Amino acid sequence: MAAQNPVDSETLATLKEVMEGDFQLLIDTFTSDADQRLTDLRELLARRDAGQLRACAHSFKGSCSNIGAPQLAQLCARVEDKAAVGELDVEPLLDAIEREYGAVREALAGL
Amino acid sequence: MTQSGQAGLKVLIADDTNTDRLILESIVKKEGHRVVSARDGEEAVAAFQRERPDVVLLDALMPKLDGFGAARQIKALAGEALVPIIFLTSLTDTESLVECLDAGGDDFLSKPYNRFILQAKIKAFNRMREMHATMLAQRDQIARHNDHLMQEQAVAKQVFDNIAHTGCLDASNVKHYLSPLAVFNGDVLVAAIRPAGSMIVLLGDFTGHGLPAAIGAMPLASTFYGMAQKGFTLTDILREINQKLKAILPVGVFCCATIVDINFRKQRLKVWNGGLPDCFLLRCDSGEVEAIRSTHLPLGVLANKDFKDDCKHFELNPGDRLYMWSDGIHEARNSAGEMFGEDRLKATFADNRDPEQLFEQILGRVQGFIGDGERDDDLSLIEVKVELPQGFESRERDACAGEGQGLVEWSLDFEVKQASFRFFDPLPVLLNILVEVPGLRQHSGTLYTILSELYSNALEHGVLGLDSKLKSTPQGFSEYYQLRAKCLEQSGRGFVRFHFSHATADDGGSLTIRVTDSGPGFDHAAKIGGDQPLKGYSGRGIPLIRTLCRSLQYLGNGNQVEVVFCWDNDSWGAPP
Repeated sequence: MAAQNPVDSETLATLKEVMEGDFQLLIDTFTSDADQRLTDLRELLARRDAGQLRACAHSFKGSCSNIGAPQLAQLCARVEDKAAVGELDVEPLLDAIEREYGAVREALAGL
Repeated sequence: MTQSGQAGLKVLIADDTNTDRLILESIVKKEGHRVVSARDGEEAVAAFQRERPDVVLLDALMPKLDGFGAARQIKALAGEALVPIIFLTSLTDTESLVECLDAGGDDFLSKPYNRFILQAKIKAFNRMREMHATMLAQRDQIARHNDHLMQEQAVAKQVFDNIAHTGCLDASNVKHYLSPLAVFNGDVLVAAIRPAGSMIVLLGDFTGHGLPAAIGAMPLASTFYGMAQKGFTLTDILREINQKLKAILPVGVFCCATIVDINFRKQRLKVWNGGLPDCFLLRCDSGEVEAIRSTHLPLGVLANKDFKDDCKHFELNPGDRLYMWSDGIHEARNSAGEMFGEDRLKATFADNRDPEQLFEQILGRVQGFIGDGERDDDLSLIEVKVELPQGFESRERDACAGEGQGLVEWSLDFEVKQASFRFFDPLPVLLNILVEVPGLRQHSGTLYTILSELYSNALEHGVLGLDSKLKSTPQGFSEYYQLRAKCLEQSGRGFVRFHFSHATADDGGSLTIRVTDSGPGFDHAAKIGGDQPLKGYSGRGIPLIRTLCRSLQYLGNGNQVEVVFCWDNDSWGAPP
């Protein structure tokens, strides 16, 4: 994967403006949400629950796009699409999501 | 107030993802709105019930109850109010979007959220919401006004029906049709049997529609019934109604009317038509139709001094039928907008083989012609069949038999004494009584002339003994009045006595007036002999009275004079 910036600085600038004093709260909320999502994804895959896996990936995709993490959102979308058609060979994708999320969290922490 | 302006709306945000909800809350708050938050569909419905927000933002996929289900419940709870629901979704397939709309969603907002787009959507939907609220309020107001109007109309119709009742429209020789709310189209139909036994029918059509058209019908009906019952003639009634309507109706509102008097005993018809379509007289023997044209202006247009009350007269035979209608028949329209017209009406008469069926045929043809076309709802039609006096029945006729018929049998003595001569004029009092006599009202001018001549003769020449010759020169004229004033100041036992008696005939009557004074009298046999005109006996207006009355004679020693005034309700102009 090309070394793209994990977060979109323009989106984050807008968020900063909108959130004002709550910006840090937003970042904290996102990271704690995301930690939970990663755990959930692994669990759902272990249970082979395609429906729930799809829903979880879908929700995670939405908040990633809102926070300005487009690559992470795209990875989620691929899991969502596969789960939708019952393809559960998404283990490598989940690994990729985990790596990308690490990068995102680092970028957010450095703001 | 959430109604005014974009600021200060209450916005419900339902999203199960904390990050997304946090962002939305901030965007919405930044615009000055208040936020109510929910984390799933069930919470969203409960929050809606509790907070009644103005705008709802719903995530499509949520635990417990998803956005679609929540939207359906919220729309049901909102009832008639418009609560815009904007779906928050990153779903992009058409199927999902259609599902959002089906559930009652009004719009979408996709992730990542764009602050400006969301703000624009909230503004737009709030405008729509306000317009919808205004429309509902106005709709309710119109509905309330309409209810009120219908209620008023029902009351007004009740009052009108009580005044106009049905008169003798129930008579066995009468058929009539009035559309249910015809009174609010200005149509009025009244009929009564006069004490003398003739039937008077009036069909009127006021200009305009609605209450302004209906309001004139009240005084018309009450005047009609009040007078017809007392035995006043068609002309008396006509003039009284005209004068009333002229006085109370605004300019431009008037009443086209036909009024008929059918004398069953004499088999005669009197018709006055002012502005209504021709009425038809269908002859029983020949089957021919005579059209009776309008020859007058409608009621309520002319002042009474210019009003013409001359009628058309027709001889009748039992079995003849009279048809009257308002222009609602002629102007009834079919779905193509074409009018029924007089030709179709005439054709209906021409096609008829059994006059007994004609009334129903006319009505049937008109209603068949209208078909599904727009109903103007002001069809008014009446048929009166000519019978012999005992050939028909009516409740009203039975009811009025033996009832008061106005002043029909009476006599009156009235004496003015010396002390009253200077200040009191007896004529208005006497005239007031005389016009209560059926048929005499139209002659009140003539009666006034007769009475005033007789009274001044009795007072000035009889009681005061003034010589009328004095009045032949201008000098003498003023001397005469000085003398008169002086005499009136004297006290004494003088008097002038009036005696009236009255006899009715079938369609008229005679009034005898005898005036006696306290004076010494005069040699009337020599001075006013027989039919001789006045011989140098100036004043006294005797020749004038002779032309107005059937007879005039002096009695006793000349301090008594008796005149007989006769009238005939069937004739016009000066009495014989």
